[in-house]
Amino acid sequence: MLTAEVQAEINAEMAHYPYRQAVAIDAMLIVQKHHGWVSDESIRDIAELLEMSAADLDGIATFYNLIRRKPVGRHVALICDSVSCWIMGCDKVRDRLCATLGTPLGGSTADGRFTLLPIVCLGVCDHAPAMMIDDDVHTDLDEQSIDKILEKYA
Amino acid sequence: MEKPLTSRFRSDGEPVDIAAYERAAGYEGLRKALTMQPQAVTDTVKQSNLRGRGGAGFPTGSKWSFVPMSADTPRPKYLVCNADEMEPGTFKDRVLMELDPHSLIEGMAVAAYAIQADIGYIFLRGEYRCSAKRITAALAEARERGYIGHNILGSGFSFELHLHVSAGRYICGEETALLNALEGKRAHPRTKPPFPQVSGLFGKPTIVQNVETLCNVPHIVSKGPEWFRGLSRTGDSGTKLYGVSGKVKRPGLWELPLGTTMREIIEEHAGGMRDGVRFRGLLPGGASTDFLVEQHYDTPMDYTQVQNAGSRLGTGTMVVLDDKTCPVGMVLNLEHFFAQESCGWCTPCWSGLAWIEKILTAMEQGAGKPKDLDELAFQTKFLGPGNTFCALAPGAVEPLQSALKYFGDDFRRHVDEKRCPWR
Repeated sequence: MLTAEVQAEINAEMAHYPYRQAVAIDAMLIVQKHHGWVSDESIRDIAELLEMSAADLDGIATFYNLIRRKPVGRHVALICDSVSCWIMGCDKVRDRLCATLGTPLGGSTADGRFTLLPIVCLGVCDHAPAMMIDDDVHTDLDEQSIDKILEKYA
Repeated sequence: MEKPLTSRFRSDGEPVDIAAYERAAGYEGLRKALTMQPQAVTDTVKQSNLRGRGGAGFPTGSKWSFVPMSADTPRPKYLVCNADEMEPGTFKDRVLMELDPHSLIEGMAVAAYAIQADIGYIFLRGEYRCSAKRITAALAEARERGYIGHNILGSGFSFELHLHVSAGRYICGEETALLNALEGKRAHPRTKPPFPQVSGLFGKPTIVQNVETLCNVPHIVSKGPEWFRGLSRTGDSGTKLYGVSGKVKRPGLWELPLGTTMREIIEEHAGGMRDGVRFRGLLPGGASTDFLVEQHYDTPMDYTQVQNAGSRLGTGTMVVLDDKTCPVGMVLNLEHFFAQESCGWCTPCWSGLAWIEKILTAMEQGAGKPKDLDELAFQTKFLGPGNTFCALAPGAVEPLQSALKYFGDDFRRHVDEKRCPWR
């Protein structure tokens, strides 16, 4: 069941478009904002609300990398692996992050605190290497600065 | 030197709010446009020679003139801002949206009036959380003061503007794929024709413009096309947000006259190369542009002359390659990106890019074969213009084909020495 709050937010988006299926992506992002990810049950609920098939909606969900069809940790760390960050040594930062958190890219820590994912260029190339944790962008990273940044996320 | 795009920026990194924006002649362009005939606004932009700042450089006024304007035109008409800045190495639209969001809103209101659009969307990439917050706040301010919404400033013209936050994928920057994403679908590109100007979003006439392009529009209307043409040093009008990343002393973003040379941007603004590294080349406008090298150092960075030098101005944000960075590794990083971001719609793109990535990976790991160089050269033609559904794959092979041209010896060394010489 979609909560009343989620439904209200989806309805508000619907007012901006000529038909309800147009908010498929917005609806999934709204669910994700509240629950962290989009479950099979949520896919069915949203599909019903939008009067489309769950299979069609899942086809859309799996196209977009920012829609998560698996549970994630309390915090999601997105580490940029695009060209400017690569030149500035993001591989070392990534290796350090994986070692510190004890999880490979694409995995979550055992305590459910972090999920670590690769991301394409975050658009802060003049301060590479960069990563994003939840809504915060962290820049000019090196192997030493990582630990202090992670401390902020309980 | 006049800097219309950045002169209102605050030094503390906070956005310009509506009061400050209005004090700095904000929404004057819109006020003036509303006193003109829509066609006259389009003509003004045409005369200014403004070219699209998203990468393709298409003349903005010409694009608008393809929108049907007769009374029986299907409605609503749409104006969409492409704020899906995902070209690797590019960080200019984010800065505009974060620091001066009203400039984009005013640009959209003026453009909407010119083509008589009823509804607008800002298609924003999902990772730009700060931009989303600031645009949302600015939209509320603008709506409250009557700059968007019903009967704008009592003119009788109405334009609703909404923010759409995207869920990722580079292909959404392709304008017809963007329209599919905005319709809630998988972001596959569409066949052209029909062009969006005639049949775009929800099948209605639609214009898609980049953020920086739109931010220029109110200034052109306020100060006139001659003023705008005079801002540049060469035949292409206006200023440009140029960026530099890589191992330079001061990576950054600067608003400079179009036609500023590569040498001046790298040496004076970016401070030259870091100590201990030498310049080898750069991608002039993001990942999907051909490398330029030392022989091009004095090229004025405008659309025409970068093209004459064998590349594209693209987004104008340069990624510098130095001599301590492996060119094959850099191209592998780029091709990994493109292979991953191929939407999967047409075979040359999804298959060819994966193949290119595989060959380059082998080369980097010391398993490259002499015939791989020919294979890579073949792929750059096979994925070139005309063979694929959209511009993603032709753009993807631009850095590869130019790397083979300028850094061919480095590719051969990988094969001959059976290792990456930079490791």
